[in-house]
Amino acid sequence: MEASDTLLLARAQFGLNIAFHILFPSITIALAWILVYFRAQYARTGEAAWLETYKLWTKIFALTFALGVVSGITMSFQFGTNWPGFMNTVGNIAGPLLAFEVLTAFFLEATFLGVMLFGMNRVPGWAHLGSTVMVAVGTSLSAFWILALNSWMQTPTGHTYADGQIIAADWWQVIFNPSFPYRLTHMMLASGLTAAFVVAGLSAWRLLKAGTDAAARRTLRSGVVLAAVLAPLQAVVGDLHGLNTLEHQPAKIAAMEAIWKTDKGVPLVLFAIPNEQERRNDYAIEIPKGASLVLKHSPDAELLGLDAFGPDIPPVAPVFFFFRLMVGMGMLMIALSWLGAWMTRGTAAAPRWLLWAFAGFTFSGWIATLSGWMVTEIGRQPWLVTGVLRTADAVGPVTGAQLGASLTGYLITYGLMLLAYMVVLTHLAGKGSSPPSYPSTALREGAAA
Amino acid sequence: MTLDLPVIFAILMGTAIFAYVVLDGYDLGVGMLLPAAESREQDVMVSSIGPFWDANETWLVLGIGLLLVAFPAAHGIVLTALYLPVVAMLIGLMLRGVAFEFRMKAEGWHRELWNWLFWFGSFLASLAQGLMLGSYITGFESGVGYFLFALVVAGGVCGGYVLLGATWLIWRTEGALQKKAIGWTRWGLLWVALGVALVSLGTPLASETVRAKWFDLPRMLPLMLLPLASAAAWLWIWRLTRRLRKGEAVPDWSPFSGAVAIYLVAFTGLAYSLFPFVVMDRMTIWEAAAHPSSLKVVLIGALIVLPFIVGYTIYSYWVFRGKASAKLYE
Repeated sequence: MEASDTLLLARAQFGLNIAFHILFPSITIALAWILVYFRAQYARTGEAAWLETYKLWTKIFALTFALGVVSGITMSFQFGTNWPGFMNTVGNIAGPLLAFEVLTAFFLEATFLGVMLFGMNRVPGWAHLGSTVMVAVGTSLSAFWILALNSWMQTPTGHTYADGQIIAADWWQVIFNPSFPYRLTHMMLASGLTAAFVVAGLSAWRLLKAGTDAAARRTLRSGVVLAAVLAPLQAVVGDLHGLNTLEHQPAKIAAMEAIWKTDKGVPLVLFAIPNEQERRNDYAIEIPKGASLVLKHSPDAELLGLDAFGPDIPPVAPVFFFFRLMVGMGMLMIALSWLGAWMTRGTAAAPRWLLWAFAGFTFSGWIATLSGWMVTEIGRQPWLVTGVLRTADAVGPVTGAQLGASLTGYLITYGLMLLAYMVVLTHLAGKGSSPPSYPSTALREGAAA
Repeated sequence: MTLDLPVIFAILMGTAIFAYVVLDGYDLGVGMLLPAAESREQDVMVSSIGPFWDANETWLVLGIGLLLVAFPAAHGIVLTALYLPVVAMLIGLMLRGVAFEFRMKAEGWHRELWNWLFWFGSFLASLAQGLMLGSYITGFESGVGYFLFALVVAGGVCGGYVLLGATWLIWRTEGALQKKAIGWTRWGLLWVALGVALVSLGTPLASETVRAKWFDLPRMLPLMLLPLASAAAWLWIWRLTRRLRKGEAVPDWSPFSGAVAIYLVAFTGLAYSLFPFVVMDRMTIWEAAAHPSSLKVVLIGALIVLPFIVGYTIYSYWVFRGKASAKLYE
């Protein structure tokens, strides 16, 4: 087995795992806060409909959370199995950040999740609301630490070399590195949008199946309004994040926009097929001077092209296409959420075609979020930690055969879990929250009594 | 005074792994016992671990996290050498974790399927952990003999988890299911006795380092307290099950605490055998340790946060004290 094949397999396996993993936190980070809202509304009004809504969505949360936990545990091992060079080189930075995530976030969310799910009749109302808040705090803290680490890998600052190792000179600078505030905000909003579309989409699905359902109408409206507020905000934050990337990782921007040559008055490429051999774009549709205008706010400004970075450039085509997929998805999400917010205003009932549109967009946040991560992670190549560690230098001695066998195992397991997840979610949403949680158990108990 | 940071972190990591083994051990054990119960009892069994399994598994992440943070040089070696059993364990834990959620939402044959995957996941994870331990003790030596040794250890670990799970069920259930759990506890005890005997005989044969540490005369006498304590705890649980069968009043948590005592003793013996190696015979904790600057920052953080973790964990066990019922969400 060639070393490059092992590298490719190690990356494929880690990429598969991390992509599978991020699906679930991207929902739960924000859904936890939406649950706080549902729970607080029930505490405030005492209405049974809010309680039903809360109970249905805690079930969906629990399922999503469980998938996030089990795939996350896998990741904590794959740092060592797939990238031993990562920990050997930057373990003194990455280790403490991961340890703080476990200590401050994982135990908090896992423990209070138990109280939140099963403790409603065992603790006072305030303690139950408090547990719901603790779960939300835990998921957000988790995002904070892991994004601090990822941002440090993108734009490392605050480290120094001592005794032949990389150590932290200033933890504040390590954590609050240049890209961190942008990435954290961008990801929190991404989670908000993903969760908003899941809430709106599953509520729409319920309305399609059950006709009138007061609780589902209300959650549809909640999801749609939340999406309509967050989607344009995300466009602004995304733009600011891009400008930050231009400053700190110009090669990534050059790949995102497929700019091959350093030039003044660079056009904005709307569509093209990047030709990596010839280092040019085929079939390009361009807006003259557009990229200079967007990125430098001046039509004749100079932009660095990929030629400015020698051999250290990322693969252009995937970065270019995933970026367009993310932006396109974001545009559609803005359009649909605004249309939905307008059409469901006041007491207006949503027409069926709109419900179908939202049901179809249930997992749209996944596509946008995954595309965004593809852009930022592939765009960092060939570096694992920009300017510090190359991906190729971090791969371990695990053989290609072992990687291949385990990759197959993971693929089957993930495929099964993802399928089951989506089936159960639509099933839960479709059947509604009014019947008892466990029809089968309740029936058996009735028969026994 | 200077702190010996690697030793402190070895203790912290050992504590986290011990907490994991006992806590996830009982819920993996309950998972392995699932097919032995009737459908209605299965709901009670799963309910009894429902509020806890998530947090229990987090101790594994902490243990592995501390290995990664404190001993990065060993982390790569250990996880690379154990690559395949680690993957098997992870797939087992994944199946178990999601089956827990899916089985509650499924009906009919779907539910049966998830029940079986729950059992299979629990069993696969336990078996893989045993194989990892067996391979770890011998310093990842390969060969048929070593593999057989690892298999014996794996059998012992599965038996140990079944014992923990069965005694947990004595504590947390009542009626017919509790009676069954008493029987399972006895099977678990026999299994553990066989496993511990084989492992205790096999380890000195498989590892010269361990042999030298245990069979050295002046030290050997106090060390023999460990197997004696283990045997005492074993006999105590056996007698408790007999009294429980007769219907005598026995605190329902006592067999579980006896099982934890056996684990504590076995774990102490294991820690003694390994110390100061983090990779047996190859790398000591001082050789593998991370830079003191990063150890210090994690230690300070851990000392601040751990009391909170212990506090709310106790709160959670207090909230969910008493017998489990099938109606988890009510």
